[in-house]
Amino acid sequence: MFPTPIEKSSRQWQIGYQVLLPIVMLLWLAPLLAVALFSIRPDVDFTVGNYWGLPSSFEMLANYGQVFNSAMPKYILNSFIITVPTVIGAVALSCMTGFALGVYRFKGNLLIFFMFIAGNFIPFQILMVPVRDLTLDMGLYNTKTGLILFHVAFQTGFCTLFMRNFIRALPFELIEAARVEGIAEWRIFWYIVLPLMKPAIAALSVLIFTFIWNDYFWAIVLTTGENAQPVTAGITSFNAQFRAMYHLMSAGSIIAALPPVAMFFLMQKHFIAGLTLGAVK
Amino acid sequence: MATTTTNTTALASQSWYKRNEIAVTPWLFLIPGIAMFALYVIIPIFQSFYLSLFEWDGLGSLAKNGEYVGLEHYERLFTKDRAFNISLWNNLKWLVFYLLAIPGGLMVALFLNQKVFGIRLYKSLFFFPFVISQIVVGLVFTWFYDPQFGLSNWLIGLVGLPPINILGNPNTATYGIIAAGLWPQTAYCMILYLTGLNAVDPEQVEAARLDGAKGHKMLWYIIIPQLKPATFIAFVVTIIGALRSFDLISIMTNGGPFGSTRVLSFYMFEKSLSEYGFKMGYGAAIAVVLFLIMLVFIAYFLWSMYQDEKAAKH
Repeated sequence: MFPTPIEKSSRQWQIGYQVLLPIVMLLWLAPLLAVALFSIRPDVDFTVGNYWGLPSSFEMLANYGQVFNSAMPKYILNSFIITVPTVIGAVALSCMTGFALGVYRFKGNLLIFFMFIAGNFIPFQILMVPVRDLTLDMGLYNTKTGLILFHVAFQTGFCTLFMRNFIRALPFELIEAARVEGIAEWRIFWYIVLPLMKPAIAALSVLIFTFIWNDYFWAIVLTTGENAQPVTAGITSFNAQFRAMYHLMSAGSIIAALPPVAMFFLMQKHFIAGLTLGAVK
Repeated sequence: MATTTTNTTALASQSWYKRNEIAVTPWLFLIPGIAMFALYVIIPIFQSFYLSLFEWDGLGSLAKNGEYVGLEHYERLFTKDRAFNISLWNNLKWLVFYLLAIPGGLMVALFLNQKVFGIRLYKSLFFFPFVISQIVVGLVFTWFYDPQFGLSNWLIGLVGLPPINILGNPNTATYGIIAAGLWPQTAYCMILYLTGLNAVDPEQVEAARLDGAKGHKMLWYIIIPQLKPATFIAFVVTIIGALRSFDLISIMTNGGPFGSTRVLSFYMFEKSLSEYGFKMGYGAAIAVVLFLIMLVFIAYFLWSMYQDEKAAKH
């Protein structure tokens, strides 16, 4: 193990390390803690300039209550309606593409695989005008469906990369044995490969959920109003409405950030497996 | 031999699909994915190239309302457009300084790679900034830098210096935004390295220790070479992240002050969809330039992956 395990070092350094950990952590999260502190302050604290002292009263319920009385819940609901189908769609499509590219040897296999990878790396801006036009032509501009369709298509690139590599690492003998038994190929997919892919599906779902929830660019390119916009775009209009009311803006930001954070803490292991692209074991 | 003959006769009587099952199945599985990806990703790339040769305001169809101008947009970008120049330089700054996330992430990972009580929670909390959307990170840092009440100036004040307005000054604004971006990116690199450190071969480390390797020598000659896969992914995601930077700029400065924080991705958006009129063709030309820059890196990434694929086959 590197660095040298702390148990093997001097007593002083062991204590020093234990003291240092929380201090470094507080510094690392300081910007966020500041916002959390803002979100429970009353309005007056900002007018009298009490930014960093103790709050003159704790207004957590009032502040967060006010956020829930704005358009915020609507935006959050939109985010869920956009994110969940995207996760399902992208994972379903990539289970299939990953299976095809991971199990079969055919001409063009690697070429198609690299096309998915390359597409996943490109800057969004090269797609912006044509995708916006396409969405307008389909009559899906400023709808959640329009946004979902694009996200599903784009995320399929990353998901295929992940799924294909995962399937490659599965024992191929299983599939060969099934073929000898004369089992149909689609049954091999459904009954043999898919159950083995559960960890990969979990990892991708958590990751894609976070990516899509946090998307801002496509939200402002393909949608405009509170009927379709997700919370990342909504927060800017929320802030415009409550300009300079920092206690409300802070509370709003925290609420907007909460769902992916909860997802991360609940599914940490899967999340990290997804982030490392399964390449670093 | 006997079984082969019976198999062939049996196959001949089967349906076409049954006979070609192994050749056909992968394509059936690929069709939906490829169709979606082609429609929304592959074809639009070529459309943008084509579009960049036209003057078009996005109204009506390109064929009817667009005016063909050839390479004029590119000529204008590289000879007359000062804003484009600034954006290009800022992209370079992003590329260079964003890479600091890699050594930064490695340092944090080394610091946290211990087994003490509660370390798992510490690791998650350090990773926290990556999970939050860039919009919230942008807001948080805008307040952090605020000249009136920002925590950064409170800290500067402790040392006895006058407050500075980082985002209000054209010379410092871009660096302020990059620093905000480094916060989540360092967290990402940290998690990659933490996973990588787990896989470091303990026997090699012990052997090196017996040979008297310690501290930074051990790190440089034994550990870092073994972290190569983690470093590669960290490099890929950081480069992509740097060239994709848009959210933070949009939320923190909106390109200002005086257009000093624009990057290509932001400038393109501004040209195509801003209140100053929709210059779709010109915007597409900017996007093409950004795409070509990215293509250099993509080619390198794919080449590396191709080498790995070849190595895995043998």
